[in-house]
Amino acid sequence: MTVSETNDVKAHRLSADDYIENFSDIHPPLTHHEALVEADRCYFCYDAPCMTACPTSIDIPMFIRKIQADNPVGSAKTIFEQNIMGGMCARVCPTETLCEEVCVREVAEGKPVKIGLLQRYATDTFMEREQPHPFTRAAPTGKKIAVVGAGPAGLSCAHRLATYGHDITVFEAREKAGGLNEYGIASYKTTNDFAQDEVDFILQIGGITIENGKALGRDITLDQLSAEFDAVFLGVGLPGVNALGLEGENADGVIDAVDFIAVLRQAEDLSQLEVGRRVVVIGGGMTAIDAAMQSKLLGAEEVTITYRRGQEHMNASLYEQELAQTNGITIRHWMMPKGLAVSNGAVKAVTLEKTELDASGKLVGTGEMVTIEADQVFKAIGQTPDPAPLAGCAIELEKGRIRVDEHRRTSHSKIWAGGDCVAGGEDLTVASVEDGKVAAESIHKALMA
Amino acid sequence: MADLSTNFLGIRSPNPFWLASAPPTDKAYNVERAFEAGWGGVVWKTLGEAGPPVVNVNGPRYGAIWGPDRRLLGLNNIELITDRDLEVNLREITEVKKRWPDRALIASIMVPCDEESWKAILPRVEDTGADGIELNFGCPHGMSERGMGSAVGQVPEYIQMVAEWCKHYSKLPVIVKLTPNITDIRYPARAAKAGGADAVSLINTISSIVSVDLDNFAPVPTIDGKGSHGGYCGPAVKPIALNMVAEIARDPETHGLPISGIGGVQTWRDAAEFIALGCGTVQVCTAAMTYGFKIVEEMAEGLSDWMDEKGYATIADFQGRAVPNVTDWQYLNLNYVTKARIDQDLCIKCGRCHIACEDTSHQAITSMVDGQRHFEVMDDECVGCNLCVNVCPVDDCITMVEMTEGTDPRTGKPIDHDYANWTSHPNNPMSKQAAE
Repeated sequence: MTVSETNDVKAHRLSADDYIENFSDIHPPLTHHEALVEADRCYFCYDAPCMTACPTSIDIPMFIRKIQADNPVGSAKTIFEQNIMGGMCARVCPTETLCEEVCVREVAEGKPVKIGLLQRYATDTFMEREQPHPFTRAAPTGKKIAVVGAGPAGLSCAHRLATYGHDITVFEAREKAGGLNEYGIASYKTTNDFAQDEVDFILQIGGITIENGKALGRDITLDQLSAEFDAVFLGVGLPGVNALGLEGENADGVIDAVDFIAVLRQAEDLSQLEVGRRVVVIGGGMTAIDAAMQSKLLGAEEVTITYRRGQEHMNASLYEQELAQTNGITIRHWMMPKGLAVSNGAVKAVTLEKTELDASGKLVGTGEMVTIEADQVFKAIGQTPDPAPLAGCAIELEKGRIRVDEHRRTSHSKIWAGGDCVAGGEDLTVASVEDGKVAAESIHKALMA
Repeated sequence: MADLSTNFLGIRSPNPFWLASAPPTDKAYNVERAFEAGWGGVVWKTLGEAGPPVVNVNGPRYGAIWGPDRRLLGLNNIELITDRDLEVNLREITEVKKRWPDRALIASIMVPCDEESWKAILPRVEDTGADGIELNFGCPHGMSERGMGSAVGQVPEYIQMVAEWCKHYSKLPVIVKLTPNITDIRYPARAAKAGGADAVSLINTISSIVSVDLDNFAPVPTIDGKGSHGGYCGPAVKPIALNMVAEIARDPETHGLPISGIGGVQTWRDAAEFIALGCGTVQVCTAAMTYGFKIVEEMAEGLSDWMDEKGYATIADFQGRAVPNVTDWQYLNLNYVTKARIDQDLCIKCGRCHIACEDTSHQAITSMVDGQRHFEVMDDECVGCNLCVNVCPVDDCITMVEMTEGTDPRTGKPIDHDYANWTSHPNNPMSKQAAE
């Protein structure tokens, strides 16, 4: 094998215009005309499958009917009633595996109503018209609730609790609220600082205080919170990442994909960001796709995603996979990383072993090796919970994640949890919003009993 | 290939598709484009008396209602008769008729309701070489305020009187265009016939306010903050037109009176329906104003294809075939039983049949069977009303199937193959008892 001597990682690969073009809205919002044409396609189904498929049970036929009836602001209110992050979910939901997958027009014609884009049309219109906040707070209850983590689960929970008149303090480790909406989603899905606009929108309800730079286990403890507050909601996400467990993992150019995405999201000037000429992304989820896509959009010439199983096993939706492929990214299946070639402290290549399922269905290596040259290697093989701050609090875990009941209550009577940090479920923004909402209802009920 | 040619009052046209008297037929330019596109005839936009022509508003003249995807379903207008000089119109009619001898060219006329006015214009129209005249007794807006249009059409005696003048002062065939803005269309039709008219055409537009502008609280179209009612037409009025045509076709007093059918004709099928109810030609306006003249190709070819498929060689072969089947409700067979059937392969599971039946009708369609969304008709509740068929978005997914054997599970009564109607039904206090 020949490995080039120099490690080609640099910034300024593109013209200024290319950066703007590449990182603009990947799915431009529907115009007024497009929205009306699309809304007219909705049949206003009874017991609509789309509504059932939505983790937050948004009344989709009703919000689309309101668009048809030229009431986009009312449409947005219908959305926000079930999902206060309807704006972000309209951008990031894998609608092709949720509402749009079961749309009767998908059944009828293979062309579902573009529910996600219509939802965005309604919520964007609401924001653009600077409407007053669609909810009002109930009379103060005097109850205080701590929410840990200002991501989708935490903010959703905080908002719902605030409407009931409770006072919420949200503790957030990072500088900004928003969680993965702010730090973890490809930037072409949420342009123009939408994540922060949405946080501001949510906070308009009042009664929510966010304390940034407060990490659980470092600045605050669960014991403290459960003593000082009437209830606690944990929406701490998955702060860790899986390692490859290979020699050379600390070499220059071997990077956690989530860090790459977070840096990119916070970058003032994308042209300053370095990217390799040849990038390999290891993993099969949305993070892998987002990292690969953004490497490509930053000017990487060759981007390859490698995944240890088959296409059908990838967590990234088929739609996202196709998006990557359309953008010139190669996805290679059935190969697992076995070694990193490092020279002068920097990664040069990844060696992978081809895999297959044996007779018992277990993933095994075939012995055949493949080497892919790389200037950068992004690890996107899963995020991990951090159980340390939970130790000693009598919260049951399940494979490191928090076990909750259907009301998102933990085994600790004063503590609820939701989002990616809890066991089970899909790690989707919309699922986190639902967790927060369900937990808030349960907390409210418990506190007012 | 079916023969689409028509002979209506001796006026021949290569197909039954005429453009109605309206903006598309206001001048030679448009009419010649229509003939080039294949229209069988035109009724020239209504001529007024000599002298200064009428004036139109300079603001919007039209309003509309739309279906999904902004398909125009109903159009409303406040435009008056031609606002061009009579001399110009007569000259153009003469020229166009010369250039297009095989097409029907009818002049629509509306002048004040006095003999002198009609006597003055009729010979001038006859001189153009036009094939016939159509008396505009229909327009419900503007001109009616001046005692013309529907103001005449609403008074059968006036209709008869003017028709008589026209027959007296002109050799041309006379078509009386009727207004639907009356309670019983048979009376004006009978009056037209009594006056010697050769035919009637209907319907003209329906008095309407198409919408209200909620920002300035005025009818649409709005002229400087005010609106006035207009005339409504387009696909939405077709059912009203069909009924009125049928009423005239089956009225013993007017049965056989030639009819030119007007009202919401959009496709060949609409035209075939008017013809089946007795019309000799159809007149089209809104469809052309929505899509342009080219639609006549679809209409003519569609009608021809359907006639070929059904084995009708000429228009006359199916003209009026539906008239004997239009009857009064009291004669409908109460022993005819149908049940809705949902084709599960075609069903896309939108559930609209269920909720329509459940909320508003007879609770005869399931929504859930064995824990699965499933829509199926319960024969023991189904009255056969057809609502589900009409709300289903998929063509032919739900159909009405006649029960010909066994017992109707809803009523528990065996299917009776004999015809029985309300006139002899025991619940009818007026029922005629069969002789002992």
